[in-house]
Amino acid sequence: MTDTSGPLLAADGTPLKKRLAQAMFRSRARAFGLAFPLIAFIIVVFILPIIFLLWQGIYDARYSRLMPTSTAAMADWDAVSPPTEEMAAAMVADLVKARENKTIGQVATRVNRELSGTRSLFTKSARSAKKMEAPYMEALIKKDKDWADIEVWKAIKIASVKYNPGYVASALDLKYNADGSFERQDEDRRIHLMLFWRTIEISFLVTVFCLILGYPVAFLLSTLPTKTSNLLLILVLLPFWTSLLVRTTAWIAMLQAQGVMNDLFVVFGLATDEDRFSLIYNKTGTLIAMTHILLPFMILPLYSVMKTIPPSYTRAAKSMGATNWTAFWRVYFPQSVPGIGAGALLCFILAIGYYITPALVGGQDGQMISNIIDFHMRKSLNWNLAAALGLVLLVFVLFLFWIYDRVVGIDNMKLG
Amino acid sequence: MADSVSNDAFVEFERVQKSYDGETLVVKDLNLTLPKGEFLTMLGPSGSGKTTCLMMLAGFETATHGEIRLDGRPINNIPPHKRGIGMVFQNYALFPHMTIGENLSFPLEVRKMGKSDREAKIKRALDMVEMEAFVNRRPAQLSGGQQQRVALARALVFEPELVLMDEPLGALDKQLREKMQFEITHLAHSLGITTVYVTHDQTEALTMSDRVAVFNDGVIQQLAPPDELYEAPQNSFVAQFIGENNTLEGTVKEIKDGIALVQLDDGELIDCKPINVSKPGERTRVSIRPERVEFNKERLQEGAHTLKAEVLEFIYMGDIFRTRLRVAGNDEFIVKTRNAPDQVRLEPGTQIEIGWLPEDCRALDA
Repeated sequence: MTDTSGPLLAADGTPLKKRLAQAMFRSRARAFGLAFPLIAFIIVVFILPIIFLLWQGIYDARYSRLMPTSTAAMADWDAVSPPTEEMAAAMVADLVKARENKTIGQVATRVNRELSGTRSLFTKSARSAKKMEAPYMEALIKKDKDWADIEVWKAIKIASVKYNPGYVASALDLKYNADGSFERQDEDRRIHLMLFWRTIEISFLVTVFCLILGYPVAFLLSTLPTKTSNLLLILVLLPFWTSLLVRTTAWIAMLQAQGVMNDLFVVFGLATDEDRFSLIYNKTGTLIAMTHILLPFMILPLYSVMKTIPPSYTRAAKSMGATNWTAFWRVYFPQSVPGIGAGALLCFILAIGYYITPALVGGQDGQMISNIIDFHMRKSLNWNLAAALGLVLLVFVLFLFWIYDRVVGIDNMKLG
Repeated sequence: MADSVSNDAFVEFERVQKSYDGETLVVKDLNLTLPKGEFLTMLGPSGSGKTTCLMMLAGFETATHGEIRLDGRPINNIPPHKRGIGMVFQNYALFPHMTIGENLSFPLEVRKMGKSDREAKIKRALDMVEMEAFVNRRPAQLSGGQQQRVALARALVFEPELVLMDEPLGALDKQLREKMQFEITHLAHSLGITTVYVTHDQTEALTMSDRVAVFNDGVIQQLAPPDELYEAPQNSFVAQFIGENNTLEGTVKEIKDGIALVQLDDGELIDCKPINVSKPGERTRVSIRPERVEFNKERLQEGAHTLKAEVLEFIYMGDIFRTRLRVAGNDEFIVKTRNAPDQVRLEPGTQIEIGWLPEDCRALDA
């Protein structure tokens, strides 16, 4: 090939690529038109809300929007030297405005999140801010001596940062300081990393249990005659016909101290009546119930891959002198790996964000990260922290995808 | 080539039956003996039991009744991996996650053979099928014909004495198939291995085998060398199944001096060789090969019965002419003639007389 040879030309002299693009345009446009409603729907109800919510994990303009003057005044403060009169004046001006606009509650809540106990400080000071006169710092301290505490001003400084790394830091058990540095959270307040770790641990164990339980089932399904295997497949899918809540509560009936399993253990002498196993409201309960619920997601991709492995491979291996185990391990198993990859990834990713089951049967040590996200969404109303936790989880899952792609190869995965 | 148990028997099936559902027999009372070094083809339509027989020999199916012996040793209860039988599968069954070399190495590794021995054997086996250059490729990178060769090499690499082939050429195009047919027979004979070959392609069976077992309905209909099978079919199924065949239906009038006089359904009389008819009055199906029909009066035997025929269609096929006639009410009566310089080309619509030698016309079961 030489550089002098120009592009291929169509019969009328236009470049072939251009002609082809023109010819393809109509069919492409039609295909896009057909897919457009769905694409729009997904963007509007799925992608945009996720982006907006996750955005809150790193962006919090509540303080800076409602208290613009003090935000500007504090921007250059080094958080070490004493608060200046200028900062106090800006604060008073903003407090007056916030009271007029009835937004002081929001401001107080925001600062209170950084330093608890500051809510009343703000609401109280705002009420009398209008009457305050210079020097403002003294006026503020006269109203409440807490204004003399530099920690209060540090908290305000943190709250005033718009692009705020504090939430992500706190999701990772770090503390974001007013001077822009990070330090580890106090020992008794480090819970998120532990929860992340436990979430990964539970997800990993559930995936492994699903694989151990699901592999033989999928193998059986793929080798049985179609009539029988279809019937069994319906049994595998049967749980999908009942509500997730029903299935989870069924486990409560099964596993609780006075439940079916423990009664059987007592009958068979594996446990005494006084000393029953605690199988639920702990990590064990979460593991058992989640394994049961996620099992079909392992079986189905495995089955669809195993279905495509012709029995002649194992037969060929055996005819060449391989024992059943060698034929399985060296010939059958490697070909089922794409199914294992797909099933494991599916189970793991579903498990990592699992919420209802751990909430119902997890007790204290069976809680996962999604439960704390839920807590911040509905109870503490700290949506920013919830979003930051979600963001960390998302980044972690994407990282796992990347690792998976490097190790196994994403196109080596078959979902059926 | 006696069908009874003989001392040189290498593979024996004795009164073997197979049923999958306990209601119907897929293989009914199979008796078969193969001497060492023979190339035997099991031929038959799908569902005739031929593949089941092969699978029983390989050990993937168990016989419901009867005994299978390999080199005098009953193998009914020996698992497939201890039988030491090489096998070539219909879809080749090359392991997709291994290279060609690894595929061939597999049977040697499970035999715990040393690395240098393995390499020498792999090289020799690949040399044999002229695939040595592909040792590091994966099966998916090879063409159908190349995969076929590798599958053959893999079945032979551990030097089995018996090789089974289950329609190994089914997926290849015609030209390649013919080439491989030749290569497989050549290899099998030069290595002296006993081969059991399953196919539904009768041309393949005829060109490759020492003997052919024609299966139908779970029973061997005829077990004979190819020429005998073609020229002397023992019943009307074999006559129909092997090659092209004309059939006329009628009733036996008399049997005398090894010749049966048959009255066809439209009243005409012909002479036939009685094969499985024994007494006058029996219904019979008379079978004549298209190339044994003669319409040149000079070449017909004197006094032989002839039939009136009307030419319906003349088809030029290059090396042969194929003429369709209406004979005794049968519109599908075919005559094949060689494309020779003096050959007559029959015009549709002409009335002719046809005849044949009595021994080419076989009176079979109705």
